[in-house]
Amino acid sequence: MKTCLVVDDSRVIRKVARKIVEDMGFGCEEACDGQEALTACRKAMPEAILLDWNMPVMNGLDFLVRLRQEPGGRKPVVLFCTTENDMAHITQALRAGADEYVMKPFDGEIIESKFAEAGLV
Amino acid sequence: MTQLAPNKYDYLCREVRARTGLVLGPDKAYLVESRLGPLARRSGFAAIEPLVDAMMRGDRAIHTEVCEALATHETFFFRDKTPFDLFRQVIAPALLAARAGRALKIWCAAASSGQEPYSLAMLLDEAGGPAADILATDMSAAVLEKAKAGLYSQFEVQRGLSIQRLIRHFDQAGEAWRIKAHLRQAVRFEQSNLLDDFARLAPMDVIFCRNVLIYFDVETKSKILDRLAAALAPDGYLLLGAAETVIGLSDALRPVEGHRGLYAQAPAGNRAAA
Repeated sequence: MKTCLVVDDSRVIRKVARKIVEDMGFGCEEACDGQEALTACRKAMPEAILLDWNMPVMNGLDFLVRLRQEPGGRKPVVLFCTTENDMAHITQALRAGADEYVMKPFDGEIIESKFAEAGLV
Repeated sequence: MTQLAPNKYDYLCREVRARTGLVLGPDKAYLVESRLGPLARRSGFAAIEPLVDAMMRGDRAIHTEVCEALATHETFFFRDKTPFDLFRQVIAPALLAARAGRALKIWCAAASSGQEPYSLAMLLDEAGGPAADILATDMSAAVLEKAKAGLYSQFEVQRGLSIQRLIRHFDQAGEAWRIKAHLRQAVRFEQSNLLDDFARLAPMDVIFCRNVLIYFDVETKSKILDRLAAALAPDGYLLLGAAETVIGLSDALRPVEGHRGLYAQAPAGNRAAA
């Protein structure tokens, strides 16, 4: 089973995202900041990462840059999932190695569409 | 469910069918309720019944609004994906070679709020901009206005569009996203109904007519398909929705083998004598 790591400091968002990715047939792991996410990835690289931008301890962008330098860290498909919805943030995320970008608020249809665009389903 | 007296429901069904071809069976009461309720409120009627009464009295403006409200305008960018892959990989290469530089004539029938013609405009732009004349028609003035403006909500641009396509083909406009000017200019929008005569549009190289025939009865489907065939160039292509077919409905068209949803002119010998 493919795994999706949901990285968000909001427990509510993590719960909603878990339901959506599990309905798509993915296993789900959770992390509440970039540091926790990095630890989780060092244990086992997921196939997909749904990544919030603004989080305490380590934000999404810093996490992404570090992830891509890890052994095997280029493998996960990273989908930013954030309220930072302007062109400048989007291009910055893509340059840092993000594969897709979800603008909050999202729903199941958007996540499914973006997973398809990223070649995950 | 519906608050309408049966004779008024029957009247509504008859009128909508005559005007748009849409078939509203008795099982569509929920649709009538959910689509006409908001229209009634917006137009200052207390309920659906007085709205239908206004139609019966011959109020043409209300008549039009009711028909438009009952049509389904659901669409999104690159809907169903396969037709766009077919366009890029099969249709465009074949026809561009055959047309030797002449612009392809493409018609999106029942184009709704513009996502389908704009998806084609994006594909052509990504291919280095082979010349194409894209016509998009719909019976609803309201959705055509939206289509012409090319302005889409954050929700709409996240269904079917990759982030790379969003940043390449759109500009941010506050909370919304507007498709770039050169792509808006690549598409002509006209109000037109599939029941109207469209012989003047012939010959079209490619016709997209997806997810609209499903709402019509067999006889209407059959007539529209014959007229679409007549509007199609001899080597042109017709694309239908995944749940639609020409089989058993039109002798003038044949499925293109190996490509689901793609149709071409049938050889003349296959057609029933007129």
